[in-house]
Amino acid sequence: MLAAAGLGLGHYLTVAAILFTLGVFGIFLNRKNIIIILMSVELILLSVNLNLVAFSAELGDLAGQVFALIILTVAAAEAAIGLAILVIFYRNRGSIAVEDVNQLKG
Amino acid sequence: MSSSDVLSFSALAPAYPELLLAGGAVLVLLIALFVKGLGHRAVAALAILLLVGALGVLLLVPADGVLFNGVFVVDAFARFMKVLVLGGAAASLLIALPAAHEHGIDKFEYSVLVLLSTLGMVVMVSANDLMSLYVGLELQSLALYVIAAMKRDDPRATEAGLKYFVLGALSSGMLLYGASLVYGFTGTTQLDQIVKAVVLDTRSIGLVFGMVFLLAGIAFKISAVPFHMWTPDVYEGAPTPVTAFLAAAPKVAAMALMIRVTTVSFGSITRDWQQIIIFLSIASMVLAAFAAIGQQNLKRLLAYSSIGHVGFALVGLSSGTTLGVEGVAIYMAIYVAMTVGIFAAVIGLRTTDGKPVETIDGLSGLGQQRPFTAAIIGVLMFSLIGLPPLAGFFAKWQVFLAAVEQNLFVLAVIGVLASAVSAFYYLRIIKVMYFDEPVAEFRAVPGELVAVMGVVGFFVVSYFATLGGPLAAAAKTAAESLF
Repeated sequence: MLAAAGLGLGHYLTVAAILFTLGVFGIFLNRKNIIIILMSVELILLSVNLNLVAFSAELGDLAGQVFALIILTVAAAEAAIGLAILVIFYRNRGSIAVEDVNQLKG
Repeated sequence: MSSSDVLSFSALAPAYPELLLAGGAVLVLLIALFVKGLGHRAVAALAILLLVGALGVLLLVPADGVLFNGVFVVDAFARFMKVLVLGGAAASLLIALPAAHEHGIDKFEYSVLVLLSTLGMVVMVSANDLMSLYVGLELQSLALYVIAAMKRDDPRATEAGLKYFVLGALSSGMLLYGASLVYGFTGTTQLDQIVKAVVLDTRSIGLVFGMVFLLAGIAFKISAVPFHMWTPDVYEGAPTPVTAFLAAAPKVAAMALMIRVTTVSFGSITRDWQQIIIFLSIASMVLAAFAAIGQQNLKRLLAYSSIGHVGFALVGLSSGTTLGVEGVAIYMAIYVAMTVGIFAAVIGLRTTDGKPVETIDGLSGLGQQRPFTAAIIGVLMFSLIGLPPLAGFFAKWQVFLAAVEQNLFVLAVIGVLASAVSAFYYLRIIKVMYFDEPVAEFRAVPGELVAVMGVVGFFVVSYFATLGGPLAAAAKTAAESLF
């Protein structure tokens, strides 16, 4: 089904793998802003969704799409909680720069 | 599984504890909101009652089975781990009570979030599908992120919450990426169906890739090295009662998940995951033993201690046998008890000017001023080292036995050496308590905490004579239900 447009499963998996890698690097290499980390987390979850939907279409099995919907829902809850924690962090420290998350170390 | 499995209420018997917790948590939230003048202590008492009730249902009305089109399974293993999770959660709510105000968790939301998090954990333990696994894990984690940052005006607690959230979200992402690959290469999300599609000789590299990501995601949750970096920071920054909860209950649930995923879904490619578990185990034991030596903060030290204990528990899983899983089950039971005991002491210790004792040097003179607390801490330290005849020894004995039986001699030797190195920092606490010059006066420890410490101390000292036999028998039944 996917192959009809000249696109194979491999293409989808490659795009998803690139997105996933970008997300992971976005978390570790980013030295500026915590919001960018939240965006990177979303990128990772979206790459997983892409994987699941591609597999679902390839296998002709709906479980993957159900899984993708569950992930979308949970990702929304996760973003809400992440932003809430970020807001109280900003109130305490007056900054959301990654380099200011430095009180606990050792 | 036919869909008729949920047509009658009695058919839901295996899920009664979860239903009780889910309904109860909502009810407790409503009661706390609408009943005027109900303090946070009453809500906490209700929550403890609910957890004990779920524990009672679990033990008195045991029912095995697979429910909801195969996404939810209850077997002896799930019941064993659920007892630990519910017991650990109830105990950590209890020891949080006397110091709730100073730790900024004297709000009714705390108890409700602990209940929801515990619900997530029991769902994780019973998960038989990648989807229910993920939903349980996230319910647990999302509630934990909030309670880690619950002391809103404390910069350290909010930073702990933020770090926990970022790394937790990353680990969920890795777990999901692994889950998507496992689904794609096996065609199913159900854990006990995956094993049918996985054959040692014809397994694809994509599947192994997925398994590695899946295990890495779970390794984050049990804080095994090299996925441990959040643990010391979160343990130190979060309010101490929250740390106690974090150390006791979620670790057990994630460990149960690790065991179920490896033995049930990937039981046919044991050789593949064995290497990963052995690596995690050795890295955790060795790094924790050396990193803990230089620590001054008590909670940070306990964080490294818990990383080390996860390493020891994984020694049992490395063997990939029934004996090994039995060992991990016993290890987690003893670990929860020791964790609750030690945190009861840490929560209870305060100097006369009201400051909590958070550094190791702050314990000096405790042996003379508070002999009972010091004695319990001492006994627990010896048990954490693994000296016979205390409980910690039997925990380690069983996992090392399982490893040796599978000819994993190098792993066992490294484990024993790491245990010897870790003795250094545990003994240092005893030395400071009994032989150093006192720097401050200690307040009396609240009664509830003394009671908890007493019970744990009795359990740890008399383990061989009292609880050892029944616990080993239950763990054996639990392990056998997986293979």
